[in-house]
Amino acid sequence: MTDMLIEGLYREGEPIADTKAPSGDIAQKWTKRKFDAALVNPANRRKLDVIIVGTGLAGAAAGATLGEAGYNVKSFCYQDSPRRAHSIAAQGGINAAKNYKGDGDSIYRLFYDTVKGGDYRSRETNVYRLAEVSADIIDQCVAQGVPFAREYGGLLDNRSFGGVQVSRTFYARGQTGQQLLIGAYQALERQIAAGTVQMFARHEMLELIVVDGKARGIIARDLVTGEIETHMADAVVLASGGYGNVFFLSTNAMGSNVTADWRAHRKGAYFGNPCYTQIHPTCIPQTGDHQSKLTLMSESLRNDGRIWVPKRAEDCDKDPRQIAEEDRDYYLERIYPGFGNLVPRDIASRQAKNMCDEGRGVGPAVDGVRRGVYLDFADAIARLGEDAVRAKYGNLFDMYERITGENPYQVPMRIYPAVHYTMGGLWVDYDLQSTIPGLFVAGEANFSDHGANRLGASALMQGLADGYFVLPNTIRDYLAKGPFPEVAADDPAVVEAEQQVKGRVEQLLSINGTRSVDSYHKELGKIMWEKCGMERTDAGLREAIEEIRALRADFWRNVRVLGVNETLNQSLEKAGRVADFLELGELMCIDALHRRESCGGHFRAESQTEDGEALRHDDEFAYVAAWEWGGEGGAPILHKEDLVYEFIELKQRSYK
Amino acid sequence: MKLALKIWRQDGPKDPGRMTRYDIDGVSEDSSFLEMLDLLNEQLIAKGEEPVAFDSDCREGICGMCGVVINGEAHGPERTTTCQLHMRSFKDGDEIVIEPWRADPFPVIKDLVVDRSAFDRIIQAGGFISANTGSAPDAHATPVPKDDADRAFMAAECIGCGACVAACPNGSGSLFMGAKITHLGELPQGQPERDARVIAMTEEHDHLGFGGCTNLGECTRACPKGIPLNVISQMNADLRHAGYGRR
Repeated sequence: MTDMLIEGLYREGEPIADTKAPSGDIAQKWTKRKFDAALVNPANRRKLDVIIVGTGLAGAAAGATLGEAGYNVKSFCYQDSPRRAHSIAAQGGINAAKNYKGDGDSIYRLFYDTVKGGDYRSRETNVYRLAEVSADIIDQCVAQGVPFAREYGGLLDNRSFGGVQVSRTFYARGQTGQQLLIGAYQALERQIAAGTVQMFARHEMLELIVVDGKARGIIARDLVTGEIETHMADAVVLASGGYGNVFFLSTNAMGSNVTADWRAHRKGAYFGNPCYTQIHPTCIPQTGDHQSKLTLMSESLRNDGRIWVPKRAEDCDKDPRQIAEEDRDYYLERIYPGFGNLVPRDIASRQAKNMCDEGRGVGPAVDGVRRGVYLDFADAIARLGEDAVRAKYGNLFDMYERITGENPYQVPMRIYPAVHYTMGGLWVDYDLQSTIPGLFVAGEANFSDHGANRLGASALMQGLADGYFVLPNTIRDYLAKGPFPEVAADDPAVVEAEQQVKGRVEQLLSINGTRSVDSYHKELGKIMWEKCGMERTDAGLREAIEEIRALRADFWRNVRVLGVNETLNQSLEKAGRVADFLELGELMCIDALHRRESCGGHFRAESQTEDGEALRHDDEFAYVAAWEWGGEGGAPILHKEDLVYEFIELKQRSYK
Repeated sequence: MKLALKIWRQDGPKDPGRMTRYDIDGVSEDSSFLEMLDLLNEQLIAKGEEPVAFDSDCREGICGMCGVVINGEAHGPERTTTCQLHMRSFKDGDEIVIEPWRADPFPVIKDLVVDRSAFDRIIQAGGFISANTGSAPDAHATPVPKDDADRAFMAAECIGCGACVAACPNGSGSLFMGAKITHLGELPQGQPERDARVIAMTEEHDHLGFGGCTNLGECTRACPKGIPLNVISQMNADLRHAGYGRR
């Protein structure tokens, strides 16, 4: 490691590499790894304890599968039931290379599309495996009773999704995530009844216990009684989801947080590509400062809706129906005549922001700026008739009307981009093991498969691939070395972790300042959204880092958390999560600042083509940025994992 | 908008609890019901009073975590979840009474938060299809008639919020249970365990202290997903077929 502080912000350490993916033909790697990974005799499995944090698709699937195999699983979630995890809110569908439509799909094509969609910033070996196990996921879910959409002949229906030319997306109306999660939840509940899985609902992991360099347990708070509990195990799995709530307003659930990931990061797990976030273009805009979350509407709406803003800022508060055709700017059709309203998510999002920044946004002003653009179905209704539009989009129109109180059949919808997925997460190798031995990370919580941008219907695929098929096969290679020596309750590592959690709870409750937790969270969200959102600049990111540091210092001096620890205390829960977001936000900005290129969801204003498109720099930045915690007040340390493309050729995207 | 709120406050499971009145001003018609409570909590924190505890997570009507009784109705005056109810459904000056779900199997934890883990235990009793990971045949091995698949989907839309129990004068969980039995019972994959499932779930439901169904239909009126009463008929038919009570 060099001692030199780069940009005054970080240091660079030794490169890092995955050592677990076997060499050879990409199509044989996973088969080879499964064979080479050590087995655990069924009689020994019941002597091995595994902790799983999170019960979304990855966590519930892993818990059920490891329980079925006979391991002792302890499963944790902060919600009142494992069925509430936010995977449930995914709408669109799940990709799988089944080629049921006979339209030329294959494992290799899904692999190719996913690497390209990730803007060539993901690891080939992991993505190939994801495509390979995708078909097994559908078989597993159907066997569990997931009610996918079917054709009249009784076979499964498929639809196509953005950015690909085949129909490979399986779906259950607009509730695919719900149905997949309920399937995994029921499998998990079956194991709870069988006694292989012990469930700890309304529990939040607040610290990782590392003994002799290995992950051996967690400290969790019982959210009902406030009790600080120690749970030991032979391995720990984090499946705790993404960190989009660092922006305060996102499509995430209210409780979605980075705490499990961040606590592990502080104990030595590297954080991969924290700046890669995905911003979805078709969400319902914010209406005021009261707003607690943003709601996504399927981007299929862009197939028939036309996006526009008034040409003149003075028209922005007029009734849109009174604005003449020649006074409207259909800006996507104007700038991208080839793709029009169907440009990729990142471009549609960024242009909407540009229009509003110019002062041509519509809808209610929040903090003095109107943040919304019209999505107009008047042409589609005139061409197809209202009934046909209703048949296609009825549920989305109803949802829009419920939230906004406006009838989109008569008045154009208003939309605006919102944060909804984070491609970054804890760095893992091919076995999904982090840089801490015995700590595994699955689903959105890891960084592994989507590179700089995730394709639609791939989040559900990755969560279930990790949970049902990847992790249960790789974790056994580690568990075969166990059971590990029992850790005493008074082991210094355990005592220290307990003291850290208790000390932090006491500190949060004793500051007794003047500002609520939410007010800090909102302020952090504004900094992140403005300066580390859809478009990032060198100057903006440097400002953001200073602002976040000042805000964090103020938080620890002036936050007000009322009540006590020994009861349900939602302010206390939120305070711990926001404290971690205040640290993560700074790392995201440092990562975004150091990556002086535009790729996928990360757009650096300084790195664009002459006509304003994203410009990658493969010679300098074809690597994963894996960040090591630099200690309290210390600078983070960057470890680069070079991305080697053996099978796919790197190309620049173009949508003109 | 200006509102008079009467909210159930209860410090913990052993506290008897009480209704407390709060006057709130500056509520936007565009805010959701829970965002109105967020605003109240910010005002309470500013005054140094402990905020009102209530459950919510996705706030888009799908996770089933939220739910309170509003003016005597589970999830309030519209057929939706509490998080999707918006303040434009109320008028300036309204008095709004807010209580937790009231049912013996759902004890109050604090204020408006209840313990619904009894629903998980009903699922544990048999609300699943036993299919270990990796043992599944190809998804197209068994075609499913579209009508059956659609009906299974309709029943599977249940979000497990518990409004059916809160609305039922008997405190019955029959709509929740019937929805799961219909979901799994409509599919070929669910047939091998169909008889055992309905018996085990029903026995667990009764054991947990949920009441019996007397076909009042309040549950389906309160259900934010519109699960129809006929899932209970399906459950009863399955119980008869399984020979329940004749063993």
